[in-house]
Formats: sequence, C-alpha cells, structure tokens
Amino acid sequence: MDFQVVWDNLSYFFVGRYPKGPLGGVGLTLYLAVVALALSFVGGLILGLLSISRNRAVRWVSSSFIQIIRGMPLLMVIFWMFFLLPALFGKGMPASMTVITALTLFTSAYMSEIVRAGIMGIPKGQTEAAVSTGLTHRQTMLYVVLPQALRNMIPSFVNQFVSMIKDTSLAFIVGVAELTQIATQVNNRTMMYPTEIFLFIAVIYFVICFAFTELSRWLERRLAYTKSI
Amino acid sequence: MIRFEGVHKWFGALHVLNDINLHVKPGEVVVVCGPSGSGKSTLIRTINRLEPIQEGKLVVDGMDLLDKRTDINKLRAEIGFVFQQFNLYPHLTVLKNITLAPIKIRKVPPKEAEAQAMALLERVGLPEKRDAHPAQLSGGQQQRVAIARGLAMKPKIMLFDEPTSALDPEMIGEVLQVMKDLAESGMTMMVVTHEMGFAREVSDRIVFMDHGVILETAEPEEFFKNPKHDRAKQFLKQILSPMH
Repeated sequence: MDFQVVWDNLSYFFVGRYPKGPLGGVGLTLYLAVVALALSFVGGLILGLLSISRNRAVRWVSSSFIQIIRGMPLLMVIFWMFFLLPALFGKGMPASMTVITALTLFTSAYMSEIVRAGIMGIPKGQTEAAVSTGLTHRQTMLYVVLPQALRNMIPSFVNQFVSMIKDTSLAFIVGVAELTQIATQVNNRTMMYPTEIFLFIAVIYFVICFAFTELSRWLERRLAYTKSI
Repeated sequence: MIRFEGVHKWFGALHVLNDINLHVKPGEVVVVCGPSGSGKSTLIRTINRLEPIQEGKLVVDGMDLLDKRTDINKLRAEIGFVFQQFNLYPHLTVLKNITLAPIKIRKVPPKEAEAQAMALLERVGLPEKRDAHPAQLSGGQQQRVAIARGLAMKPKIMLFDEPTSALDPEMIGEVLQVMKDLAESGMTMMVVTHEMGFAREVSDRIVFMDHGVILETAEPEEFFKNPKHDRAKQFLKQILSPMH
C-alpha cells in the first residue's frame, strides 16, 4: 500500500479548496452535521412537543409527518429536497443547503421521538407537584419537566449527532464536496489507490464518531445527578 | 373552607368516591383514615383537582371546582399539597425548589422570595440545606423541604397525602413535628395518614372511609374510645395492634 496519495492531498481531504475556494472535506462534513444538528434540535423539540399536545388534530399532523419521514430512506429525502427546493425557491439554492434541509427534516423526526420519550420518562409526580403549586402547564413544562428531560436526552442527542456525521456521506450523491465526495474525486483523478484512499476516510469517520460516542458516555456519567448520600 | 356536597367519582366502573359530604372549617385539622383502596387519597386529590370529580358539588375557598369559569391555577396556588413521594424537583437546589412558584406565579422579586424561603427553611429546621440538591437529603429532610415548598405560596389550606408513609421509622417524628407546629399556627389542614398518634393529638376531627364512602366522622377521643362503625372498630384494632 502506498499512502503517498493521501499525504499529497491531505489539506484537500480536510478542508477542500478552502481558503482559496469553498470549504470541503472533513470541514464541510462537520459543518453540515453541526448546522443540521442544531436545526434538528429545534425541529425535534417542536415536533416532539406537538406530538404530545392535548389537541388531537395537532398531534395527528405531527405524528403523521414523523411516520412519513421515518418510513423513507434518507437518500430519498435528499433527492426530494435536491429537486424540490430549487423548484420552489429558485435555482440559486446551493446543493449543501438542500442537503442540510433534508438532514434536518430526517433527523428532526427521530429527535422528536427522543424528546417525546424523554418527556414521558419524567415521573408524573413532578408534573403534579408543579401544577399543585399553581404553575400553568406551560410553566410546568418549561421549568420542571423540560430541564430534567433534556438532561436525560443529552446522550441520545450525541448519538444522533454521530449518526448524522455518517449520514452526511450521502450528500456525495448530489455533488456536495464533503469527505466522501472528495475521496471519490481524488480516486477518480489518480485511479491507482482506491484501497488507501477509502481506508483513510474510513479511519477519519471512525475517529470522529468514536470521539463523540466517548463524549456521550462521559456526559452520561457526569449528568447522573442521583448520587445518593 | 372546603365543602363536599354529594360528591361522586368513578375510575371506569370503579366507584371510588360515593356520595361524599364533608365540611372543613377554616383553621380545622381533619385527618382522613381508612384501609388502603378506600378512596382517601383520591378524596384529598379532588380538592385541588389532581383528580376531577364527576358529580356533586365541591367548593374550596369559595371557588366551585365544577364551574368551568374557575381558574384552577389560581385555586391551586392557594392550596399547598404534600405528596407521599415528596416529588421535589431533582434538578433544582432546595432553595430554588421553594422559590420557583412564588417567583414565577406571584412575581415576587428573587431576593425577597429567597428571604421568605430561608424563613420557611428555618421553620422546618433545615436552613443549612439551602444549596443542597434533593438527592443529597434524607427522606425526612426531603419531606420537610416539600412542606416548606407547599407553604411558600402562603396557602390557605395544606393537604397531606400520606406524608410519612414512604419514610424510615426514625424520620417520621421530625415530619410530624413540623406538621404539628403548622396545625398549631392555625392552618386549615387535611391529612391522609395512618399515624394514629398524630391523629389523636393534633386533629380536630377524624374521617373514616372505606370503599369510597365516609363511614364515620368524629372527634379523635370519641373515635378512638368509641368507634361506631364495625369497619372502623376492625380497622383500629388492626392498626393499633397489628399482631393480633
């Protein structure tokens, strides 16, 4: 094996043509994952809260949306957004935006289940205690239930982030220059070293995901506040 | 202060409250007792509508609980509720457990709310625990904080749902003492409990329930010396000398 091809293209793998051109490679992968995760966090929270709403119609709409998204491969959602969004909002929309939208829709649906389960996991006595002091349902959710639920959800959120990092590789299919796309480009250019190139990016994906998984474990231990006396 | 008139409640087919008539006067301390499953917890939980009633009339502090116009949050703010399982907020410190409702509902300035909370902590004997989290306290301490939290809204009524049933025996006394002090301060209280010593010493009236029905209402001396109903006699015998 000859890893010279990797060293020759190292900065291309990590940041693409940045700073002379647009960000690519690992940098773009992380960028897509972070932006989509931040948006999915908000989306998941909203969808999750709607899916336990006391209004039946609201509950129905959000659960249907969640079910539909969960019943589709992510690649399909990416294709849909890639063709749908420019048709709706004009051709100027960059491919990375369509990918972020697709990842956000997809991950929000999964996050909403985490949020829902997290809220349902808080003992009923907490809500009863809060409303019996006169707090409204909204205040109870805001000050008593959500702070505890979100804390319990952090490890699941980090896991979702790890999945998201891997899922960004699908952006390759619509020509977004993230890590997998860059690897394919370098491979097509050199034609000689597919094993080395794909082994290298596999290791990079693994290292990033492993680091975040470890972070999630560490957080889980730190956040266990039920230390007994 | 609290008036039940012909109150009924069902859980599905189960008739958990059957024609309840009871009037609790301001400043009165009423103990509710009875075998498990008799509906006594349900009874006390209807007063702040943790359990809605289906039939009859229930008026608390002048507000009708079946009236759609009644602002339930406003009513609940006037009633302190203490649970068997304490239900303190585990993510907040003792002080914040107590100040949350006054700050968010009554819009009391945080500094003032803290000062009031400290006064309450003094009263339940736990001022040094202000910055502790609930998980760092013993059961008895948690329950005393829960009582302080209930008092923080300056309620007109305090309700206790088996406040000592989840405690180790050596911690029961400290909680009962706080409740006794509270009763002596003139608070209107309704207490579901098996602590017959407390009932005898502190309460003005004892309500005995079984199968969702109030079988007997009597002053403590009368109830312990001379229970009228057979079920009450049997219950007292079992609870006062469980081995026989």
